[in-house]
Amino acid sequence: MQLKNKHLIGLEGYPKQDIDEIIETAFSFKEVLDRPIKKVPSLQGKTIVNLFFENSTRTRISFELAEKRLSADSINFSASSSSLNKGETFKDTVKNIESMKIDAAVIRHPFPGSALMLTNYIDSVVINAGDGTHEHPTQALLDIVSLKEKFGYIKNLKIGIIGDIAHSRVALSNIYGLKTLGAKVVLCGPSTLMPVRIEELGLTVNNNIDEVIEWADAINVLRIQRERMNNALIPSVREYRRLFGITQSRIEKHNSELVIMHPGPMNRWVEIDSNVADSDQAIILDQVLNGVATRMAILYLLLSGKTKKDS
Amino acid sequence: MQTEKINKNLVLKNAKIIDPFKSTEINGDIYIKEGKINSIGKATYPSSSKIIDCTDRIVTHGFCDIHVHFREPGEEYKEDLNSGSQAALAGGFTRVCTMPNTSPAIDSPELIRYIINRSNECPIYIHPIGAVTKSQKGKELTEMKAMLNEGAVAFSDDGVPIENSTVLRNALSYSSMFHGNIKIINHAEDLTLKNSSVMNEGITSTKLGLKGSPDITESNMVLRDLEIAKFTNSHIHVPHVSAGKSVKHINSVKKDYDKVTAEVTPHHLFFSDEDLQNYNTNLKVAPPIRTRDDRKILINALKDGTIDCIATDHAPHALEEKECGFNCASFGMIGLESCYGAVNKILFQENNLNTVSLIKLMTSNPRKIMGFENDLLSKGMDAELVILDPKEKWKFTEKNIYSKSKNSPFIGEDLLGKVKYTIVKGLINKI
Ligand SMILES: [Zn+2]
Repeated sequence: MQLKNKHLIGLEGYPKQDIDEIIETAFSFKEVLDRPIKKVPSLQGKTIVNLFFENSTRTRISFELAEKRLSADSINFSASSSSLNKGETFKDTVKNIESMKIDAAVIRHPFPGSALMLTNYIDSVVINAGDGTHEHPTQALLDIVSLKEKFGYIKNLKIGIIGDIAHSRVALSNIYGLKTLGAKVVLCGPSTLMPVRIEELGLTVNNNIDEVIEWADAINVLRIQRERMNNALIPSVREYRRLFGITQSRIEKHNSELVIMHPGPMNRWVEIDSNVADSDQAIILDQVLNGVATRMAILYLLLSGKTKKDS
Repeated sequence: MQTEKINKNLVLKNAKIIDPFKSTEINGDIYIKEGKINSIGKATYPSSSKIIDCTDRIVTHGFCDIHVHFREPGEEYKEDLNSGSQAALAGGFTRVCTMPNTSPAIDSPELIRYIINRSNECPIYIHPIGAVTKSQKGKELTEMKAMLNEGAVAFSDDGVPIENSTVLRNALSYSSMFHGNIKIINHAEDLTLKNSSVMNEGITSTKLGLKGSPDITESNMVLRDLEIAKFTNSHIHVPHVSAGKSVKHINSVKKDYDKVTAEVTPHHLFFSDEDLQNYNTNLKVAPPIRTRDDRKILINALKDGTIDCIATDHAPHALEEKECGFNCASFGMIGLESCYGAVNKILFQENNLNTVSLIKLMTSNPRKIMGFENDLLSKGMDAELVILDPKEKWKFTEKNIYSKSKNSPFIGEDLLGKVKYTIVKGLINKI
């Protein structure tokens, strides 16, 4: 089966059947990852470039591994090693790379809209690996795969997304994907870190963490960055933990069954207690493994069956 | 564009002649003798005269834009006074006021003189607006009187707001000493509320993951500016009003204070923030394009006179400055060439504003704000006219752009009403 869209830019308006297909394919690749030889020849001869205009070791390694497991040739480009510092424009850089005949570009960029912009400049398949505070669809898909693995269904699942929604690249994609699959979403975090009118995406905002913990089947805990204190957004990490921290006592008191997710990297004892993060109800390390399988699925579905363009 | 001199006598025949200054509309001919208006209506003229058939066309005052950025001196790769003049002519503008945020900023009598001298070489009238503060730093006042003597018509630090209220107070107070109702024009955006945002704050900014700023970013500063103007009994002009809340403040202050004027751009009338959905960097402007509701309020404010005129805020930028992604793209768009077709479509076709009122917004009203000669259709005046086809439907494309820069979100838009000829400084420019 082929996906409806050539690129994966975001989950806003992304077709449900394509999300379902990615989930199913991810599960079959997860089986591959359990084999002694964890490699399939599906994308042999395909060239994928990982364009990282900002640092993200986890996402880059996850993509690289997915590419290698599919036998694709991959190359890494990072802004620090590039000519961007020498004043070359984004457009020049990516056109240059594409002229070397690539089949797909995985792009990570600090600016919202960058992945979409890339589709205007190159013909290859574009996969968004995070465009600033906009979307990070592969992260949301791996979160959804992890939830499906844990619960067996997504429809009517009650999901809380906790923390710095406004500066998150994960929140929007998760909201769109979960809503498309029929989950119920509640956001919880400081009002200063909540994007305006976000309720209009079909969800509820509740800044009482105890209520959200009690209500939810699973929560996705976002990283809180210490520099947020600089712009008068939160007073201190201590106050943050008091109001929104996922603490052992809160879990015990309100919902001992709650499933805990975190996209990483974690600030232990800030947004999440260390013993919660390491507990059995946390599926944080499953998310990491599912990340590789999900990215394999996405690359496979977007790239297989398509032949490399001749010059 | 074809340009020829008015060598012999010129007759604009069978035109719908709109005089925005006298608020009249008649059908007839205009006889232009040796470049000057000779007679209007039933004109007698030599048979050797050059005739331009104006059947079904409007002839009226050349348009006047009191807010353009022509980038000279310093950024001539974006625009210069010559290329800006061509863009103006294509849009029917015979007279513009240039903002001083050039490099260096126009903050001395010598630099005003430079613009005036360059203007004399250009095919339109260009009036420099001088900076309020030296280097537009918001600290020391410029030599306003000497700059006025050289030809400055108003003062603004446009591009940057005057944040320090005492500096604004002193600028307003100081400028009110001089004859001619000199205006201070303050770009109203509270930068501490703007907080490095790149668009209007709302559901669209939330969906795009872009940082937005709320409407009060503008309206708070507009209110401050109006109150300080009132307090110092001086003239203030509010440029590029974008927010409905600013309109409310202007309206209430205007009720008992008449030294306030305001302008709105075609793009704030034409677009709303939802149009930014695909990260079109040509829609990145300051102040930002706001909501549909704001847009409606702006349109009504033109109808009821709260906002006095249209000004394009023509702001050329090179392709590279717009192609680098929404966050790093420069603020601003060009607007001269598309202005009439856009404004006519929105105000006349979609909002039933009558043609005479619409023409005033682009001719007599801006001229009045700047104190320019306004009785242009009286005998003996140099011909400074525009010929319009108000019914022509056309699609705006890059080919219609005469500016050095192409940063227009109107590209691909269907417009209504087209400039056919712009007549000024002894030249007939066929668009
Ligand atoms: Zn401005």
